[in-house]
Amino acid sequence: MASTEEIRTDLADIVNEVTGIPAADVQLEKSFTDDLDVDSLSMVEVVVAAEEKFDVRIPDDQVKNLKTVGDAVSYIEKAQAA
Amino acid sequence: MSTAWTIPTGTHAAVLGLGVDRGKRVVPNSELVAAIDSSDEWIQQRSGIRERRWVGPDEDLVTMSLAASQAALAASSVEAAQIDAVIVATCTWTMQTPSLAAKLAYLLGTQAPAAFDISAACAGFCHAVGIANDMVRSGTARYVLVVGAELLSEMTSRTDRGTAFIFGDGAGAVVIGPSDVPGIGPVVWGSDGEQFDAIRQSVDWRDVLAEEEPTMPYIAMDGATVFRWAAYQMAKVAQETLDRTGIRVEEIDLFVPHQANMRIIDAMARAMKLPEHVRIARDIADQGNTSAASIPLALARMYADGEAKSGDLALLIAFGAGLSYAAQVVRVP
Repeated sequence: MASTEEIRTDLADIVNEVTGIPAADVQLEKSFTDDLDVDSLSMVEVVVAAEEKFDVRIPDDQVKNLKTVGDAVSYIEKAQAA
Repeated sequence: MSTAWTIPTGTHAAVLGLGVDRGKRVVPNSELVAAIDSSDEWIQQRSGIRERRWVGPDEDLVTMSLAASQAALAASSVEAAQIDAVIVATCTWTMQTPSLAAKLAYLLGTQAPAAFDISAACAGFCHAVGIANDMVRSGTARYVLVVGAELLSEMTSRTDRGTAFIFGDGAGAVVIGPSDVPGIGPVVWGSDGEQFDAIRQSVDWRDVLAEEEPTMPYIAMDGATVFRWAAYQMAKVAQETLDRTGIRVEEIDLFVPHQANMRIIDAMARAMKLPEHVRIARDIADQGNTSAASIPLALARMYADGEAKSGDLALLIAFGAGLSYAAQVVRVP
């Protein structure tokens, strides 16, 4: 099972690939929209890439609950454990 | 047993000519931003749209359809009298009945052909091309006029941040007729009614009439849901279309997807791993999303820009409300 930090690092790489935001900026407390300026369509691209990378399913109606990087990491952790 | 039935004999079919007409009024982002508290940069970042074409004072769905159809007939060297069927794909003809196709067939001076509209929203053009291909191949029609026409500015909310800047007005037409060699590949099409509400008319006409001050309904959309479906599911449909046609992605010259949003076009192209040499239609930047008209309009621009030439193989893929989709490979005229 991947650690929280490993998931954050991989997710940061995905955010970097989709948006060009430096991976180092993608920290747990950061808000995708307010701090990182990830718009709704980029968020979809991040989610689809994350589904593939972490082998989890993140339905549309869950995406709006993923406000911070930490929200996304803990969602992925729970989904992997399920 | 009697064998008196006459079964027509079929042939190959191809697209013989293309004609388009764009709304004459150029509407830049700056004209729309105040009502949605937005900016030119915000709109371009989210959609790739710089400006869109809306109808001018003397234009409507009929004038645009007629102009596009006449241009397509001229380009095909087919006379109006030779047309056996007129199919119009539209979601903005505001008469429940009769069809725009019947009116258009009459105005063109055709000889009372079959004429009907189809409702498949942004996917309508490729649906109609698929139907026309089957009609010509089976022998039920020799020449079919296929038109995609939309007047979306009338059904656009000026204050809906998700859609106010998206849509445009225009029409595109093709003549489909017999050919010695296959010019239109098999259609791959389908629908996902579970996402019926993802793109929709905002209010049912019946409920519009119940309003105290009835206003025109508008096209509403759940942008993120549509983006996810279009960018990723449609890339798979595109691959399936190539597989069914029996060609590899390297063999296509043009990729002409429905012009919904530049971000969808880019994401699809990435997901499909399109080779460098394939030219990608990007008409949306200056035309907006014209639903059923977008593919012929986009193809016309590719000719005008020198990106398309006669004989090129084009992968067409259309998708939208329903959700519904249709795709095929065509050899462009």
